[in-house]
Amino acid sequence: MPRIVVDVMPKPEILDPQGKAIVGALPRLGFTAFSGVRQGKRFELTVEGPVTDEVLEQARNAATTMLSNPVIEDVVNVEVLAEDAEDTAAAGAAAAGAEA
Amino acid sequence: MSETPLIADLGTKEEAPLSGARIGVVTFPGTLDDRDAARAVRLAGGTPVALWHADETLGDVDAVVLPGGFSYGDYLRAGAIARFAPLMSKIVDAAKSDAKLPVLGICNGFQILTESHLLPGSMVKNDHLKFICRDQVLRVENAETAWTNQFEAGQEITVVLKNQDGQYVADEKTLDELEGEGRVAFRYVGWNPNGSRRGIAGITNAAGNVVGLMPHPEHAVEPGFAPLDGDTGAYSTDGLGFFTSVLNQLVGGAK
Repeated sequence: MPRIVVDVMPKPEILDPQGKAIVGALPRLGFTAFSGVRQGKRFELTVEGPVTDEVLEQARNAATTMLSNPVIEDVVNVEVLAEDAEDTAAAGAAAAGAEA
Repeated sequence: MSETPLIADLGTKEEAPLSGARIGVVTFPGTLDDRDAARAVRLAGGTPVALWHADETLGDVDAVVLPGGFSYGDYLRAGAIARFAPLMSKIVDAAKSDAKLPVLGICNGFQILTESHLLPGSMVKNDHLKFICRDQVLRVENAETAWTNQFEAGQEITVVLKNQDGQYVADEKTLDELEGEGRVAFRYVGWNPNGSRRGIAGITNAAGNVVGLMPHPEHAVEPGFAPLDGDTGAYSTDGLGFFTSVLNQLVGGAK
């Protein structure tokens, strides 16, 4: 089934305490190349059926009204997962083959 | 809902004159402090009314407390899912109506109020990333709200602070507006325990009927089970003032 990915990040001006803790811990494990870490969230919304414009619009609305809080977070990405499109096509072909 | 009484049977007590005032206490899945909030209402002289988040109607209540806890396990964001509970939309409407239903959000309840946009700003994790539990001194900055009118402006009170996502944040414009309009209700005294902007512990809406704060007044209402006052070493029952304030407002009492 197709999935829509929604990525949410803390706003740049909001201190991200989790990211700060991670960037502090990285050098202790020898990862010294990174001067900053910000931790966000990724949501995967599974869709029954095709991802129409209407479905995508619903995902965008959900992203801004519920999945993120505009006071502290930005929705940085809403997209349909590409590999799922292939999976769906393959599943569809298999189903068609079974029927034939 | 279950039939378990919200508070213990304290034996025969004289009926308090304000017991006609009905203060709703909302329970969400994951709420922890509903019983303490109900007990605080009773000790202040009011009648606590148990409300369930899935209720479709608010019923006959004169004010509402959104107590602390971890509604929905703080999943997504603290208070983010509770905000969409059926009862919350009724509470939001009633708080914004001409009747100006008094609403107090404590800790997770404060987070629910910001997620509901009844109060501006939001809470993020404490800047030191640790859960914190301590006795906390607050300064009452606004003693004119439905929930603070029994305090004096500038009064210092001691209540309990216990939370993980307690860092109050808002953009500079919002913070300036809050300060300019006297809507900072409480500020941390002595130490900023979570990195909150401008030491803000609690705020009010413009009308003064909706107040939210991170610390827990309902845990500072009776001797023996309350924080100790830093100066005198005596038990602090300062939290009672929140509940006597709303009862005072409901009966139209003077400040």
